[in-house]
Amino acid sequence: MYSLKFDVDVCKNCPTGACLVNCQYLNADQETAVREMVNMAEGKDSFVLQECVTCYACEEYCKRGNHPFYLITEKREEKGILTAPRAITTQWINLCEPQGKYRLGEVKEKALSFGFMPEFLRWAKGKLFEDVMPSFIFGQEFFCNVVYIHFAETATFKKRLPGVIENFEKLGVQEVVFLHDECYGAFAHLAPAYGMEVPFKPIHYYEYLYNRLNELKDLIQPLNIRVAYQRPCSARLCADKHHFVADIMDLIGVELVQREYQDQNALCCGGIFSMCFGYDLAHEVQERNIEDMKTHQAQYCVFNCPACQNTLGSMVAKAGIKPIHMIHLCRMAIGEM
Amino acid sequence: MKYADIVHRCFRCGYCKFTGDYTDFNCPAYRKFRFETYSPGGRMWLIRAWLKDEIQNSDRFQEILFSCATCANCVEHCVFTFSEDLVNIFMAAREEMVNSGMIPPPVRDYLKNITVNGNPYKLPAAERGKWVEGLGLEPYRGQEYLFYVGCVGSYDERAQKMARSVAGLLTKAGVSMGILGEKEACDGNEVRALGEAGLFEYLARQNIDQFKALQVKKIITLDPHAFNAFKNDYPDFGADVEVYHYTQILAPLMASGPLSLKSCEQKVTFHDPCYLGRHNKEYDAPRTILKAVPGLELVEMERYGENAFCCGGGGGNFFTDILGGGEDSPARLRVREALDTGAETLAVACPQCAKMLEDAVKSEELEERLRVRDISEIITACMA
Amino acid sequence: MTDIAQALARIVGDAYVSNRPEEAYFYARDPGLMPSHPPDYVVVPKSVEEIQDIVRLAHQEKIPIVPMGAGLALTGLVIPLKGGIVMDMKRMNRILEVNEKGRYAVVEGGTSQGLLRSHLEKHFPRLRHSIPDSPATATIAANVMIHGQGRLTQQYGFNSDMICGLEVVLASGEVCRIGSPALSSDWFSKGAPMPDLSGLFLGWFGATGIITKIGVKLYPRKKMRDVEIFITDRQDLVPDMVYELTHTEMVEDINVFAQPKPMIFKDNHHITLFFTGDTEEELEFKRKMIWHSLDRFIKAKDGGFMGVPPVMKPTLLDMPQRSVSRFADVKKGGGFEYSGPIIMVDKYPDCAQKILELAEKYDLGYSGMARIIGRSHAMMYGFAFTFNRADEEMMERTRKALHEVSEFALETGGVFWKATVDEQKMAMDKMDPTTLGLMKMIKANMDPRGIMNPGNWEVDE
Repeated sequence: MYSLKFDVDVCKNCPTGACLVNCQYLNADQETAVREMVNMAEGKDSFVLQECVTCYACEEYCKRGNHPFYLITEKREEKGILTAPRAITTQWINLCEPQGKYRLGEVKEKALSFGFMPEFLRWAKGKLFEDVMPSFIFGQEFFCNVVYIHFAETATFKKRLPGVIENFEKLGVQEVVFLHDECYGAFAHLAPAYGMEVPFKPIHYYEYLYNRLNELKDLIQPLNIRVAYQRPCSARLCADKHHFVADIMDLIGVELVQREYQDQNALCCGGIFSMCFGYDLAHEVQERNIEDMKTHQAQYCVFNCPACQNTLGSMVAKAGIKPIHMIHLCRMAIGEM
Repeated sequence: MKYADIVHRCFRCGYCKFTGDYTDFNCPAYRKFRFETYSPGGRMWLIRAWLKDEIQNSDRFQEILFSCATCANCVEHCVFTFSEDLVNIFMAAREEMVNSGMIPPPVRDYLKNITVNGNPYKLPAAERGKWVEGLGLEPYRGQEYLFYVGCVGSYDERAQKMARSVAGLLTKAGVSMGILGEKEACDGNEVRALGEAGLFEYLARQNIDQFKALQVKKIITLDPHAFNAFKNDYPDFGADVEVYHYTQILAPLMASGPLSLKSCEQKVTFHDPCYLGRHNKEYDAPRTILKAVPGLELVEMERYGENAFCCGGGGGNFFTDILGGGEDSPARLRVREALDTGAETLAVACPQCAKMLEDAVKSEELEERLRVRDISEIITACMA
Repeated sequence: MTDIAQALARIVGDAYVSNRPEEAYFYARDPGLMPSHPPDYVVVPKSVEEIQDIVRLAHQEKIPIVPMGAGLALTGLVIPLKGGIVMDMKRMNRILEVNEKGRYAVVEGGTSQGLLRSHLEKHFPRLRHSIPDSPATATIAANVMIHGQGRLTQQYGFNSDMICGLEVVLASGEVCRIGSPALSSDWFSKGAPMPDLSGLFLGWFGATGIITKIGVKLYPRKKMRDVEIFITDRQDLVPDMVYELTHTEMVEDINVFAQPKPMIFKDNHHITLFFTGDTEEELEFKRKMIWHSLDRFIKAKDGGFMGVPPVMKPTLLDMPQRSVSRFADVKKGGGFEYSGPIIMVDKYPDCAQKILELAEKYDLGYSGMARIIGRSHAMMYGFAFTFNRADEEMMERTRKALHEVSEFALETGGVFWKATVDEQKMAMDKMDPTTLGLMKMIKANMDPRGIMNPGNWEVDE
């Protein structure tokens, strides 16, 4: 069985406790942070196990290479502490179970992976993707299964991810551009953290888009709009790629409003919160988030994750802010939309 | 029978009979006959019974099958995954009936006339180009487009007027095109719809050979029925041509300006032809043209676009008249619906609709209140 | 043509009467699993007078007569068990009156649910009626004749509770009005404050008379509508959850479903909640109240609100839900049938367990769907099985499963809804004998010649 490589000593001498000190949803000072992490690592109880809302952010806050969120998840699972109602977890596990209904384009050495997000079947088109398309991969068989860490349920990805890696391997792909950063994070960071080998090079689609836009520079018409960026939880799994947001915006003449809840301080879209905890937390976070976008006079809200867009899209629209996915924004910049 | 493995899957829920918003029953045959048997679901169940030998091919069964106007309302609104094939299923049943020789006499006569005369009017091929007299339209010899008129436009008096109007307008707009005249052959769309697959293939191959011999690359059709056959069925027999309905050529020209229009105040409603609309999803081109006329107010009927009610002429009924007659004939219902909009002009874009609806206006004694005009006729009358 | 056919043709015109094998075949059956029986004649009348003449003829000649809407009950209620005349009512589909401020409509006996919906949407956007999820062709009169339910049933009861007057042609051919229209030009009550005679017709499946006009109560239609789905793996807690939800008095309609396919629905029970508002504020307030009503279950991890994907919403918000009909062909077989007893909400766990057992025992695709009636006063639990119309053996298995449902429903305290002939017999066997005697008396007096949809609600000696 795959197990997490977590070094408790790294926490013991941590000078900042950044993982929990920076947490937007829990209150902890440096001393509490270190104590609770060590407690958890040693299998003891902790309020964190009861109260963590699974925003993934501590994975980014920890700069010392440990995996605080994976640890929380592992320990909750060991102790049977549920985050989501059982029905929700079951639903997600069933939904993503391989059914033999995957869809492949003409897969070559380089391919786009849509994970299990059907939106990308419609969205990934035009010049930005023409040098890879129609080499695409979609379906449960190629889904990273990392979402279950929200549900304190690592067993599912431990069981399924090796098979998924094998499925990729069978296709003979060398480089895979992931259109969702949870998948990218899974293959670039999480799999190695669990000692799984990944036999291809994962590429984050932001990096891919950035390079493509540079190649298509002649087509770019600066958009001259003000946008707020909705950073998803899964971006915390691959924080090293976050700089591409600003890089892309620069390239296409978009002003990224400097709002409170961005970058490290980003707020969850609330989708997982409402499923796990009900109305209040999700609603409060969503209101605060959208108010922040309005205060900074964003005209658009740019989404990275289609699930965030499903959750928050109509809410931002009602606030007078146009929801748009990063792919569409980039296509707009080269005159395709 | 083709599709025999599908017919048992109809639940007969009846969504097929309606418009998408349930404004009215929208299956022309059901609307007229009012027995469930004449609805798409009824046909499905009866075809199955017939295949299982539980009922026989009778004159009633023939009327039920051949009154289908192939208008595709059922295709549009059936909720099941086989919806796309509904009209194909009815045509396949007709094909079986044609092969058995047990078909309604007018259907038999129609098919015979096409076979013998090459047109349903029993007129000589030499008269096929007569509609063009005095227009100065050249035979096709490498112009950009072939203008294909079809049997109705070539021989029917009302439709000839429309053909002349469309040809004249396209010429004025600077479209380079020629015609086949007496060499033109029937497109076969109705032959196919009536279930004579062999004859259809013969006609298709004959046409395709001629297109190839003359190096035709692009075709403009007068009739949406021909447009449909060329576009959707001819490729199966090796056709390689771009096909346009004349409204699709005119629409972009309205903005670019070769036709200068005067203000022309009138209230117009547009009747979507099934073979342009539902069968080929072209709802915009005709409306773009009409809206380009200064002062013209376009009002929609209760049922329009994908919910448009067929004139009752489709699927060969224009020739066989199985669906015609009586106050509840689809054409008469349709002109009453047009009248309800307050429009004084009922615009059409199909020679078969033009004739069906004009006759219905006469039957309803509405000549003083509603006139049926082809789109090109409306535009021509509004030229500066 | 026979003499009867000619006589019918004189009444409705040649075009609207048939004794041909094609109509006999089609009108001999419905989409369900009951045995077929052909009619001798099918007529499609256009007016009340025509119907009166037809009934007088049938009375005189002692010919059975079966009124039919869209024939969608699935339980064989319009199959002419003893032949005779099937009267297809759908040519009589005019909307005669909409009284906006009095919130009612008067429609003819063959008017479809779809037509009234469309008419109100176009001309009275602030009004609605209780639309069932049967296909839009289903008629309003037939639906109340079987005590159907609809979108407003959780708020106002059975659709037959939401009517305000009837016009009926009796077995004698006389026409009579029931409720306020019996003595007033206004349609506001089906009975009260007088003796409520509507019960002589409602639920009788046409065995006591033919509805030619019906007053339908209309209700406020808010500008916005939304849907949420609460899911749980604890079928035993569903009644409590529904109790909390109905307590809010903010839900438009509550449907609970459980089915194994598609995978997203496997293993859980889904409480689908519709709610409405005239403003965003109203809608959001209701959403909040509804969510909070279930907080204790969320906290205990016994259930949660699933994220309803935006693409799923139009399917759910559709009225009627076309997806319900689609269930017939999920296995490419074109058929489904359900037995839908009316039963207490606290029997939900038993019903959910039973459908699982039966699906396994008879190897059938299934969907269990409950519609809450009133504020948890009862529910219709639909035991729905899908079958392949081309597979006789599978159809037989489905019949057996449904028969077991009937027995189960009766044992569990339920009452059959739109009972098949067999279920009618089971119900009458179990019924209080005095009640049965009353029914017998009514039937004997209202239909002395036994011509009205005979075979239904016939009390055996």
